[in-house]
Formats: sequence, C-alpha cells, structure tokens
Amino acid sequence: MFVIRHFEENLVPLHDQGVFGGHYHLYVGQEATGVPALSCLRADDYLFTTHRNHGHLLARGVEPKRLFAEILGRVDGLNKGKGGSFHSVAPGLGFLHSSGVVAGIIPLSTGTAYAAKAQKNGRLTVCLFGDGSLEEGAAPEAFNIASLLKLPLLFLCENNGKYGAGRAVAAAQSSSMAAYPLTELPKAYKIPAQQIDGMDAGLVHATVSEAVEKIRRGEGPQFVEAQTVRFPGSETNWPTVPKPTDTAFAWDVSDVPEKAREWYRSCDPLLIYIRELVEENRASRDEITAIESQVKSEIAAAVDFALNSPYPKPEEAERDFFA
Amino acid sequence: MRELAYYEAKFEALDEIMSADERVHLINGTFLSLSPHRHVFQNLQKKFSERIFAPPISELGFCGLATGAAMAGLRPIVDLSTGSFIYEAWPQVANEAANAYSMSGGQTRVPVVFHLFHGLRGGGAAQHSGSPQAMLWNVPGLEIAIPSSPRDVKGLLKTAVASDNPTIFVDHTRLLDIRGEVPENDKPIPFGVADIKRSGSDVTLIATSFTVQVALQAAEKLASEGIEVEVVDPRTLVPFDLATLLSSLEKTHRVVIADETHQSCGVAAEIAARIAESGFDKLKTRIRRVSTLDVPVPYSPGLEAHIGPSESRIMDAVRAALA
Repeated sequence: MFVIRHFEENLVPLHDQGVFGGHYHLYVGQEATGVPALSCLRADDYLFTTHRNHGHLLARGVEPKRLFAEILGRVDGLNKGKGGSFHSVAPGLGFLHSSGVVAGIIPLSTGTAYAAKAQKNGRLTVCLFGDGSLEEGAAPEAFNIASLLKLPLLFLCENNGKYGAGRAVAAAQSSSMAAYPLTELPKAYKIPAQQIDGMDAGLVHATVSEAVEKIRRGEGPQFVEAQTVRFPGSETNWPTVPKPTDTAFAWDVSDVPEKAREWYRSCDPLLIYIRELVEENRASRDEITAIESQVKSEIAAAVDFALNSPYPKPEEAERDFFA
Repeated sequence: MRELAYYEAKFEALDEIMSADERVHLINGTFLSLSPHRHVFQNLQKKFSERIFAPPISELGFCGLATGAAMAGLRPIVDLSTGSFIYEAWPQVANEAANAYSMSGGQTRVPVVFHLFHGLRGGGAAQHSGSPQAMLWNVPGLEIAIPSSPRDVKGLLKTAVASDNPTIFVDHTRLLDIRGEVPENDKPIPFGVADIKRSGSDVTLIATSFTVQVALQAAEKLASEGIEVEVVDPRTLVPFDLATLLSSLEKTHRVVIADETHQSCGVAAEIAARIAESGFDKLKTRIRRVSTLDVPVPYSPGLEAHIGPSESRIMDAVRAALA
C-alpha cells in the first residue's frame, strides 16, 4: 500500500513538470481493495485492468522503476514505451492487456476464463474495473456470457464514488446508473454479487478469498463491488497531491490542507490500515515509519532509474505491430 | 486434379485445422451464412462439440471473448456471419485485438480469426451488404485475407489460423457454390502473395473476392473482342503484394481495379494510390476504379445490381483503358 501511495504521489509532480504527457489516473484511495484482493490469487491467474492500473500492477509485484519508465515513455518501460500509463502490462504476472477504453477489458476477461476452462488448467481471471464500466453495453454482454458458461471469473468493481450513485460524487453532474445498487446488474444475470466496504482491507481479503474459492470450486463467476471514497486529488480534471502522505497523518492531519483533511482523517484506506495495525498491536508506529521511509527511498531510486532510461529510437515506432 | 465446391474446400480446411490443433475453437455461426449447404456445419459440430461455442447475440461480447481466449493461447475462429455485424464488435476488434500486440511492446499475441461474409448478396439491403474490409485496412495491427476460389479459401484459412496476429477473413456468399481445383494435401497459401488468375498482355485487372469471378467472366468476353486481360488477385490486403501487380503493369501498362467496397477510401482507392506512388512511370493511361457506388446499398434487385462492380462496368472500364 505504501508502494502504491508513494509511487503515485511521486508521479503527479513529474506530470506537472512536463516529464510525461497525456492524461492519467490515480489509484490512491483504493489501496485497501487492490492489495488484499490480489493477494488471494495464484501466481498463474489472469488479471485485466484499466486506465487506473498502477495500483494493481504494483500490488502484483511489478517493479516500480519499470512502471515509472513505461509511464515516462522510456525503453526500460514494461511495454518498451509503447503503452504508457493506460496500457502497462506484465504478462509474467498475468496482466496480458490493459485497456484505457471503459469496459474494454470486460469481454476480454471472459476470453481468458473461457480458455482456462477449455484448457482445464485451474487458472482464474480477475477483471478489475470501475463503476463507470457498468454503463457500457460490453458489461452486461460479458456478464451474460460468463454466467451462461459458468466461467472461472471474478468481476471486481471498484466503486470509488461511495456516498453517491457511482460517478455522481466525482465529476458527473448526476447519477448515471438506473441499476442501483450496482450489484443489481450482475444479479440480473444470476451472478452472485455483493457490495462491501473497500476501505476495510480485512473485509476485502475475506470476501475476495471466499469468492475465489467458490470460483475454483466451479460455481461460476462472482461479482464484488468494493466501495471507496474518491481521493480528493482525483476530483479535478488533472490529478493533484494535496499533501504527500506520511505515517504521522494516521493520528494528526493538521498538516493537510483543510479542503482535503476530512478524506485523510476518515476515508484514507492506508491510514485506516495503519491505525488498525497499531491499535491491534500488529506493528508499532516506529516499525511502520521505518517501512515507509524505506519505500520512499526505493521510489526515489525508481524515479531516478526512469528519468535516466533513454527514449526509444524513433524508428521503433514502426516495429512490433505484427507478431 | 480433384475439383471441389468452394464451401466443400472451406469445410475441409476447417475440419483439417480442428483435427490438427486442439487450440482451435469455433465461436458463433455456421461459416456458411444462410446458404442451403449450412447443414454441413453439423458434421463439425458432432466431431468437435467441445470446441464449438454458440454464444448469445452479442457480437461485442463474443468477439471480446475470442480475443481474450487468443491472448491466453487458444486459436479461436469467430464467425460474424454477415459482415456488417462486425460494426457491433468494433471496439473489441479495432481497439483491443488490433492494438494489443503493439501496445504491449510485442508481448501479447492475439491469434484470433474474425470471419465474415461481405458484400452484395442479393436482397441484403443497406444493413446486410457491408464490406468492412476497407475500414479494417485502415486499422494497423490486423491482417486481412480475402479469397476468391476453392483452392484459395482452403489455403488462406489455414494460414489465417496459424498466424499469431488477429486476422480478418473476408468471405462472400456468392463464392460458396463455385467449383475449382483443390489438390489433395494442398499446402497452406502464404499471406502476401498475389495470384495471377488469368494471364493477358493488354490490361491488368486487379480484383478481390467474388469480383475476381466477375472479372474472369468479363475477361473471357473481352477476349472475343481481341482484348487480353490479366486478372490479378491480391488474396490478402494485409500484407499486400504490390510487387506482383507492378510486374504485371510492366507488361500491360494499363490497370483497372474492381472491388465491392464503396468507392471512397475503398480497397480500390488504396490499391490505386499504391500503384500511382510506385508504378506511375509504367502507366500509359490513368488508373480506373470499378467500385460499389457511394450510396447505402438499396434493396430492389435492379438497384442493387446497378451500384456494384458488374461485368458490364468492368468491361467498359477495360475498353476505356485501351481507348
């Protein structure tokens, strides 16, 4: 969770300085969903993720320096600079394809699940997407097929608009889904679906573990909606960092600008988890601070690595579009 | 040599492909559209029932499924049946399958085949007569095969399935009953090799798909007028064999291009541009196109016949090239 947080908090200033172009999306605020959920998987399982993929890739063990290099369009990037933030992949870790098209991965995820079933290899597919994906027609088409074929597939919907109907809390003017709660949509296709607090790492782990077990037993697809509260730095058109996170915020947020303070005080899943660890005597504040400072220096080194990695030669643009 | 109907050669190919490779799955359709021969699909269904999936009417969903399954190592062949239906699946074909290999920096292969019947078929009207291959030629990352004879359909289908790239297999219902030589144990036909379907010294007539057959009939009639037409069939649009076309031009110095895609930005337009760029000095007269007129395809038989690349329009264009 620290890796994701400090990775993205270091990414924002790089964009502000013009080190990389295009637009990009932050995973901050959803760490307590992705990290425990992905820890329930086998090494050979498939994962599909979206434009909001940094957290998923890092949670699965991608090296931060290679993800930074990809986002910066450098040769040492995960995709040799051909994909960028939206399309970073790590086939060795199960990420074959990441799509920046809303809901683009949902039909694809039925494909790896279909293949795993045909090949009887026990591999499960996890499809990670946001609440907005359910607005696309691709989602119900894929739910129908997944349910009919009882595919080994977990749909994990990360709804980062808690306290509103999906996107309503963020940028959109009004609610955008008539099927609400969102679990109504998969349920219409007879896919068991539950809604949980995505800021509770323990609950996410327990829920996803159970869903994964059911899928591995052959019970077919499962749907989990994990609700989080959108990070205030993601509420603008361009991501911002109200204040770089520090373990001390878990108990004192007075350093955080007032506008964002409430989120850090009560909705930040990382700080919630830190308080939990300390209150339950599973780790001391000093131990956590030590881990955080180690992560911070690793991230700083990763940024240096990416900044020093060369850009691909222009003629690389003409290669690698056919196998 | 052995003679087969086109549909028999095609089904012999499907049978041999499926027998030889367990990774091949058929998704949707009968690969014969509404042809009276479509019952022959049942033979495949009996033999390979576990590898044939009849999905819901969800082109977006099942083209995504096939694409994802290809990423996971299967070699799915999807039958979209009517070519216009690929528009329902556009995001998965043009924006996911075509991009995956490049976006991943050459890591994720997508060996899927999208099979479709294009073109004027008699009463198809505007929504069932589409020839999407021209639009698809504008999408880098897709290979496009377009057979015109029993021998070619068998040989090209084998190469399409063996390809590690997403491939559009463009078929035509009016070809299904055509008979031609298909040697036993014929080798797959490599992509990017045009075929001279008829030799001649006066005009090079480039044609694709069913229009090759129309062109051959036109060439026979023109022969009785003393005009010797060379009919050249590119057989694949991507990769494209320009060299064979140019060497035919060395002999004839005149070219007519006949094709069923609409005229603007159509297949004939692209071929004309390539010839103009690379073979202008070989031409004694301007390039002539015989394409489908730029109108939505009308229903009534006389109207439909009027807009297509008919024998009489092709003959007029050849005569004009010699005038």
